[in-house]
Amino acid sequence: MCLAIPVRVVELGFDEMAIVDLDGIRKEISLALVDGVGVGDYVILHVGYALARLDADEAERTLALFASAAREAA
Amino acid sequence: MKYIDEFRDGELALGIAAAIAAEADPGRSYNLMEFCGGHTHAISRYGVTDLLPPAVRMIHGPGCPVCVLPIGRIDLAIRLALDQGVIVASYGDCLRVPASDNLSLLKAKARGGDVRMVYSPADALKIAAANPEREVVFLAIGFETTTPPTALVIKEAARAEVTNFSVLCNHVLTPAAITNILESPEVRRLGTLPLDGFIGPAHVSTVIGSRPYEFFAEEYAKPVVIAGFEPLDVMQAILMLVRQINDGRAEVENEFTRAVTRDGNLKAQALVSDVFELRRSFEWRGLGMVPYSALRIREAYGAFDAERRFRLETRSVADNKACECGAILRGVKHPRDCKVFGTVCTPESPIGSCMVSSEGACAAYYSYGRFREIPIVAGAPA
Repeated sequence: MCLAIPVRVVELGFDEMAIVDLDGIRKEISLALVDGVGVGDYVILHVGYALARLDADEAERTLALFASAAREAA
Repeated sequence: MKYIDEFRDGELALGIAAAIAAEADPGRSYNLMEFCGGHTHAISRYGVTDLLPPAVRMIHGPGCPVCVLPIGRIDLAIRLALDQGVIVASYGDCLRVPASDNLSLLKAKARGGDVRMVYSPADALKIAAANPEREVVFLAIGFETTTPPTALVIKEAARAEVTNFSVLCNHVLTPAAITNILESPEVRRLGTLPLDGFIGPAHVSTVIGSRPYEFFAEEYAKPVVIAGFEPLDVMQAILMLVRQINDGRAEVENEFTRAVTRDGNLKAQALVSDVFELRRSFEWRGLGMVPYSALRIREAYGAFDAERRFRLETRSVADNKACECGAILRGVKHPRDCKVFGTVCTPESPIGSCMVSSEGACAAYYSYGRFREIPIVAGAPA
């Protein structure tokens, strides 16, 4: 139920709507719950609404954290 | 897909598993509850349990809204569809939950009720616009993730002065459920449910932030690590919990920093508090009546509240006697402890709610893990 997926915003529309792309699938969603989202940003999509903007730098940092944990154990 | 595939990398998973095995003390036990059904699903689907050392035990929590919705609330929606000719719209999972009289919303549809599956609450409002002569009720369920979209749709209905649309609100709150578990006799008095830490919700936390969990770390001395729903997120969170427990720390840490901040989504929070207020008490399957654990629609939006509009009163209905969903949702029993698991109760024909949603512990075990307990013995071909 709380499942949500990261999708890329490809087009901004009227009334806080936007078109997103998920592996080639385009869908209209609402950006009414988030501020400052632009084309190219990734958002977390849940039941047709973006809940949060995905922070690309933080995602990189988390991936680096995985790699360092794995390296230390090796 | 970006931000999904790299968080499912098998090589890295083995590396994190090695780190967990190296750091977990085999002489002690780490009893970790993943609150969310989303985590339960990821743990089962990707076989995370098989990568953990014996000292680390995962306990499945009640964070599956379909699972905790009590029968009495679904009965209300079924009666609206069958007796009052209302169009009832809801999310797919809700339609299959077993209710009274051997019915579910899907079976009510088969009996002629107008029940419709929607992806978004906005779709329910569209149904109302397309059917001005009919009453349309959206059966709203979900934790803090799903509540802001419902709030937006109610505000939109008010703005557009829609007169045939209302919401049967069953939105529930995560922190209240965690408190209920920490205060349960099994945890506090009997000691039958040892709990050493929590994996905190992913998408709920994008909305409420990490701050609400600080109370659990401080008051109950339980470490909490908020984690994303991908398998590597879960494993990293387990590693972070093992480290906290080893150090004797009880802090709120955030593994899901790519989407969760301490404050959360303030815009969504403001919308929710504009439209909803706390209920004094609400019934949860498994947990019983939990104080201040759910939301109702404020008086100002009362015209869109199906409970007011149709003068609904909820009756408390007991679960099927053979079903162990209640104990499973509290973490005190395991799906394999249930007699009807996988025999009478299957995802195709569920007896209990935990077998309905893919996030339910029973459905997750049935789909991905049920063969693990059955030894495979090679025999001579007949």
